[in-house]
Amino acid sequence: MKEVAGYPDALTDKQFHYCPGCTHGIIHRIVAEVIDELDIREETIGVAPVGCSVLAYEYFNVDMHEASHGRAPAVATGIKRVHPDKFVFTYQGDGDLASIGTAEIVHAANRGELISTIFVNNAIYGMTGGQMAPTSLEGQKTTTSPFGRDVREAGHPIRMSEMLTQLDGAVYITRVSVHDPQHIKQAKKAIKKAFKIQLEGKGFALVEVLSTCPTNWGMKPSDSIEWLKNNMMETYPLGDLKTPEGVE
Amino acid sequence: MEKEKSVVFNEERCKGCELCVPVCPVNIISMADDINSHGYHYAQVKEQDKCISCAMCATMCPDVVISVYKEE
Repeated sequence: MKEVAGYPDALTDKQFHYCPGCTHGIIHRIVAEVIDELDIREETIGVAPVGCSVLAYEYFNVDMHEASHGRAPAVATGIKRVHPDKFVFTYQGDGDLASIGTAEIVHAANRGELISTIFVNNAIYGMTGGQMAPTSLEGQKTTTSPFGRDVREAGHPIRMSEMLTQLDGAVYITRVSVHDPQHIKQAKKAIKKAFKIQLEGKGFALVEVLSTCPTNWGMKPSDSIEWLKNNMMETYPLGDLKTPEGVE
Repeated sequence: MEKEKSVVFNEERCKGCELCVPVCPVNIISMADDINSHGYHYAQVKEQDKCISCAMCATMCPDVVISVYKEE
């Protein structure tokens, strides 16, 4: 019997603390599978964010570094410049990357740092209890927008990936989703491409992954998958936003 | 006999989110009446012989519960 799906080497044995049905676990697994497939586990240094995935350093079986809130791209910049032979990635949520860490990601991308960023967008602050995030959708009910996000007061959902495409240093920006097996396979392909871009020294790459938050959206996991499909993908359309030539 | 199975669930890791259930093309995944030590009704496959080793369930699982094997 040949194993066709199993436990990746790039994950530790520790059980994820994520809520049942949270798609962070899927994204962790596909990142780990890509690290295994590219055979770069020994050369990889990951930078964990603040947010639900703050304990990512417990789960990835690679060298990991924790950064203060939003500063993962700055920390990764330092690591990559001191260790240019290592593979460096950041794993950040939307509260981390699109809010407190906006400056860091914009300037890291603009400098064209040779790092890869996995940006997990679930349109809410998960760890702190479901507050409105910059990425929350118009009309979305959260604990700090109980009547729905009012764009006149709170602004519009911020499309970080579209914004970053304007920067010359960013070479690969794409948006994927993990709501069904087909999209998970596409997401894995995109992550692999982003990682290869760093390995080939081409520049900064970011993969935005649409994710669910059943607990703070107040839904069953299966309903949250439907909500992602029916609501989030309208505001955050999937697909490559910027792609370099000659990379598969 | 464990090795003969096409799909193996690590029941202790399962959080009972049920995301694997609708993605199975042959509809053989069900939730156990029993619970694991965390108190979750874990996912299980009773009819191993019907499994086609497509690994859709393992792809969808957020907790890396599922291993899938195929005849060589």
